[in-house]
Amino acid sequence: MGEPFIRLDGVRKTYRTRGEEFLAISEASFDVEAGELVSLVGPSGCGKTTLLKILAGLHPHDSGTVMIGTPSEPFNPARDIGMVFQQPLLLKWRRIIDNVLLPAEILGLPPAESRARARDLLALVGLGGAEDKYPYELSGGMQQRAAIARALIHDPKLILMDEPFGALDALTREKMNLELLRIWAQAKKTIIFVTHGITEAVFLGTRVIVLTAGPARMADHFPVALPHPRTLDMKTHERFGEYARRIYRLLGME
Amino acid sequence: MVSNRAETLQRYSLAALSHLALIAAWQFFVVYHEVPRFVMPTPRATIEALLIPNYRWLENIWVTSVEIFGGYLLAVFVGILTALLFSWFRTFELVAMPLLVSLNMIPKVALGPLIIVWFKYGIGPNIMMAFAICFFPIVLTTARGLREVEPDLLDLVRALKGSRWQIFAKIQLPNALPYIFSGMKVAAILAVAGAIVGEFLGSDRGLGYLMLQVQVTLDTPAMFMAVILITLIGVVLYGIVLALENLLVVRDARIR
Ligand SMILES: Nc1ncnc2c1ncn2[C@@H]1O[C@H](COP(=O)(O)OP(=O)(O)OP(=O)(O)O)[C@@H](O)[C@H]1O
Ligand SMILES: [Mg+2]
Repeated sequence: MGEPFIRLDGVRKTYRTRGEEFLAISEASFDVEAGELVSLVGPSGCGKTTLLKILAGLHPHDSGTVMIGTPSEPFNPARDIGMVFQQPLLLKWRRIIDNVLLPAEILGLPPAESRARARDLLALVGLGGAEDKYPYELSGGMQQRAAIARALIHDPKLILMDEPFGALDALTREKMNLELLRIWAQAKKTIIFVTHGITEAVFLGTRVIVLTAGPARMADHFPVALPHPRTLDMKTHERFGEYARRIYRLLGME
Repeated sequence: MVSNRAETLQRYSLAALSHLALIAAWQFFVVYHEVPRFVMPTPRATIEALLIPNYRWLENIWVTSVEIFGGYLLAVFVGILTALLFSWFRTFELVAMPLLVSLNMIPKVALGPLIIVWFKYGIGPNIMMAFAICFFPIVLTTARGLREVEPDLLDLVRALKGSRWQIFAKIQLPNALPYIFSGMKVAAILAVAGAIVGEFLGSDRGLGYLMLQVQVTLDTPAMFMAVILITLIGVVLYGIVLALENLLVVRDARIR
């Protein structure tokens, strides 16, 4: 296995607003191997988004260490992060392809090559032919696909997803789960996937990390020993149910 | 697209029709009630006022246009710049915004006599008057538009170490455009009023000045003509702003 791609050790985070301190993460420690798709589950307000922001270098943490990258898989914090949020957050005045190109523009990557890559990525996420449309011409699910393509355009090593399918209807969500697994298998990225959906967490993750009700601490983590590629009928496997029950129990819902 | 063109044609004809109807009603009213010419002239008499060379229409149109457009462009430029500085330097906003609100409460018209004491007559002071009266709405709407950006979107750019300028040029400014244009439309109307008030208070040229001159001789047709010309300048300004908005703001085609 070698060194892990991400190593969090004793990370602690307090927010200070109007003189008041608020402990959002009390102690987060876990490792993520390169190429893993880790599901991060936890009750609302426990600090999942905060954790992603720390990983993205957007918020400082108070103590503990965050290390990303290994000698064989070096990590450049200025360009190796891709992010997908609950809302697609496409720029409504830009065509889809130009939305996908935003990170490439920010990083100053060569325009012609980036454009070609954006076309390939749109095809990968199933939006071939929608390049010149405006966001309002796409459904919510399609917009979220475009947001995924945008997160991949600069070929980052780490993708942080914060409840990316939380705003979609159940059917679209299932479909997007399968799509994400396909994209992940092809793009070979390390993905951290925050979700409230317990089935989703088990179905997608190579591993599941469960956080306690805030301030976040790791309650449990376990590898999901279901074969890849995953198929929908696995959701009825006995082992799948055991994983799900394990999470429910940790979240105090059983 | 064909139906689109037919629709546009229909819209323009209807607009033209309502204007013509107004002129017809005006003509009818004056003739039917036998209104004296010095109270209200007919449309024809109004147009004939243009034939009096003494009134130097072209020069006066030019002067008033320069005042309106000059004050307006200055307000747009300085207004957007001020809003940008507000969004970049929070302390500056906290210091300057309340001051601006207070200053905006000063009735600009009341400053007229002072401006004349300070700057004498002329185009310059009237540009300042137009500027002063339409600057504030532009700052306000632009500042609001620059602020109303999804925080997650900013995070996305910041995670890639995007610069403040990139955030402004690629996200904040285009995001603020609809707000800016709504401010610019209000400001266009105010700029016309500002320039004319300036001319009323003190000047030696311009359509507002001309109105004061012909008031003395009770040449009401010329006064009517001056008002119409001022209105037309305003319509041209407003039309340019609308055209720019249509060009620059991508709209959801489903909303009409
Ligand atoms: N910028 C901030 N300033 C102060 N407190 C914050 C800030 N951001 C988050 N918090 C607080 O920190 C806690 C954790 O927030 P966070 O957004 O990380 O939770 P979450 O696990 O992502 O929740 P959800 O599942 O609802 O998205 C919450 O109680 C929240 O109120
Ligand atoms: Mg969250």
